[in-house]
Amino acid sequence: MLRLERRPQNSRTMMYLSPVFALALTLAAGVVLFSIMRVDPAEALYAFFIEPLTTTYGITELGVKATPLILIGVALAIGFRASVWNIGAEGQLTLGAIAGGGVGLALYEVEGFWVLPLMLAAAIAGGMAWAAIPAFLRTRFNANEILVSLMLTYVATLLLSYLVHGPWRDPGGFNFPESRVFHDAATLPIIVDGSRLHLGFALALFVVVATWVMISRTLIGFQVRVIGSAPRAGQYAGFSQNAIIWLTLLFGGACAGLAGVVEVAGPIGQLLPSISPGYGFTAIIVAFVGRLHPLGVLLAGLLMALSYLGGENAQISLNLPLAVTGVFQGLLLFMLLACDVLIRYRIRLRTRSAT
Amino acid sequence: MSLEILVATILTIITAATPLVFAATGELITEKAGVLNLGVEGMMLTGAVTGFATVFFIDNAVLACLAAMAAGMLTALIFAFLVLGLQASQVATGLALTIFGIGLSALLGQNMVGIAYAGLPKLYIPFVSDLPVLGPLLFNHDALVYLSLALPLAVAWFLYRTRAGLILRAVGDSHDAAHAIGYPVIAIRYMATLFGGAMAGLAGAYLSLSYSPMWVENMSAGRGWIALALVVFGTWRPWRVFLGAYLFGGITILQLHAQAFGIAVASQFMSMLPYIATIVVLVLISRDPTRIRLNAPACIGKPFHPAA
Repeated sequence: MLRLERRPQNSRTMMYLSPVFALALTLAAGVVLFSIMRVDPAEALYAFFIEPLTTTYGITELGVKATPLILIGVALAIGFRASVWNIGAEGQLTLGAIAGGGVGLALYEVEGFWVLPLMLAAAIAGGMAWAAIPAFLRTRFNANEILVSLMLTYVATLLLSYLVHGPWRDPGGFNFPESRVFHDAATLPIIVDGSRLHLGFALALFVVVATWVMISRTLIGFQVRVIGSAPRAGQYAGFSQNAIIWLTLLFGGACAGLAGVVEVAGPIGQLLPSISPGYGFTAIIVAFVGRLHPLGVLLAGLLMALSYLGGENAQISLNLPLAVTGVFQGLLLFMLLACDVLIRYRIRLRTRSAT
Repeated sequence: MSLEILVATILTIITAATPLVFAATGELITEKAGVLNLGVEGMMLTGAVTGFATVFFIDNAVLACLAAMAAGMLTALIFAFLVLGLQASQVATGLALTIFGIGLSALLGQNMVGIAYAGLPKLYIPFVSDLPVLGPLLFNHDALVYLSLALPLAVAWFLYRTRAGLILRAVGDSHDAAHAIGYPVIAIRYMATLFGGAMAGLAGAYLSLSYSPMWVENMSAGRGWIALALVVFGTWRPWRVFLGAYLFGGITILQLHAQAFGIAVASQFMSMLPYIATIVVLVLISRDPTRIRLNAPACIGKPFHPAA
């Protein structure tokens, strides 16, 4: 029998090794999964994780897919550090797309360098407003932010659906539920010629660095860490838990909103009923796999982007269902949470004398 | 409003409430033992797709329900192993279970999208089921509806009238004390979590076999999360949770019968109602912290690791 033995101190080595173990276990599970599906595992894993990166276009696409994941993952990581569970980033992303896209549609055919910044600002405001609801209800009425932010995701999706089916539908769009295609001034510039990699990726990198500085070099970052790891000590030190709840949720909303507008003003180019394959939820995995650290989130975001890209590639080349991506992502988080036991515990063989 | 519409309305409430009763009552038992499983949505979807696949391949409704329960339990077992065996965070693991369940069910169900099923057979009692009004209201449902009516009764009896129920509550309220007396805390939590998984799976089966008898990706549409909110709304009491589920069923009819009542609002806004209502009831219940503290299992979400 195996037995868990508490380590005197949490192991930092294991903290960084755990995602590596988890990835290896997930790949092993993938071999089993593909075998059950009667697909050659080697071929499938190649199509999933290597083939997408063999072309320059593939690498730029990785950046496109990673952009929203990194943006949201960074913000969620800060919240999770403070034990604020913002699960509704998908909804805040949708609101960002609605607010930013709405500005773009209102200024249709208006030229000017200021159109795009205005859209980004509106998206940030929209995402923040959506995140402010769970923040307010949690701090004022003690309502669980997990459930509130998640319920608001469904509301946001329905709101977007209403808008593109109704008032914002493209008048020349043959009644399809789509908005107009954004004009050039309302579209993010491409940063690598011949690809879809847009300015949003650079924005995401900037947010990573800025967050890293904030969390490691400022008092706010310190407060977040203290409130998360030792709420009582934080209260004695005079840190306000409510302030941290507001701060982390608003930051999450801002980043998710930004991710939303970056998607619609970037690769999508218009408002559609569905604008995200669940980036807001996958970002939760990104935050955990990235060890709640901005730099880790950057790496984890790229990894998760690869799972999306690989899923699409395997669908085309091997006719594998797209749902495999979701299974992989879920498995990875399971494996990670399992491997994380090694951070706090040693695994020992239970000997007869010990029992 | 004619009698006919009234009967149809009440029937809609019952079908909308039934899956919530199953999922929320199951989660109630899990939480009473001190385990917070946020993966209800994932377990429900796994149950829904398993139930539908069973009916599709062997065409046996009873087996389909059992298979859905088994699938729910299996996913709950993964969760239980991670949080009870490996001390993983319950919140994070529950989220992982939901993400995994959504992906897994989509993968399993990919070849069954769009296939229709006749729906679970209604229990027909000669003469009685033909009674006007009372017949369709009381005597013409499928077996799962009757089971969902019996469930809160059974759970309330178990929790408050049996020794096993007392032990379960003790484990949820103070695992250290329960452990000191000699109760197997971890084993009891495993069983409570598995029961929650079975009920979530059954809720899923009701969705894919009766509510809208077919398989659609993500067909639970947040009902797993609403069930979680219902447990809070019902302050961890079986009958209040049951009442809450029917209240939510009532909100669903607004959505479906709005046209009949002559309300001209875009369908999307009507569809928002259950989610907004969830937030409203959550706020109403949670604003009084003492009420939550008095009723919530004291050890909910806390890991237990015996010192010895």
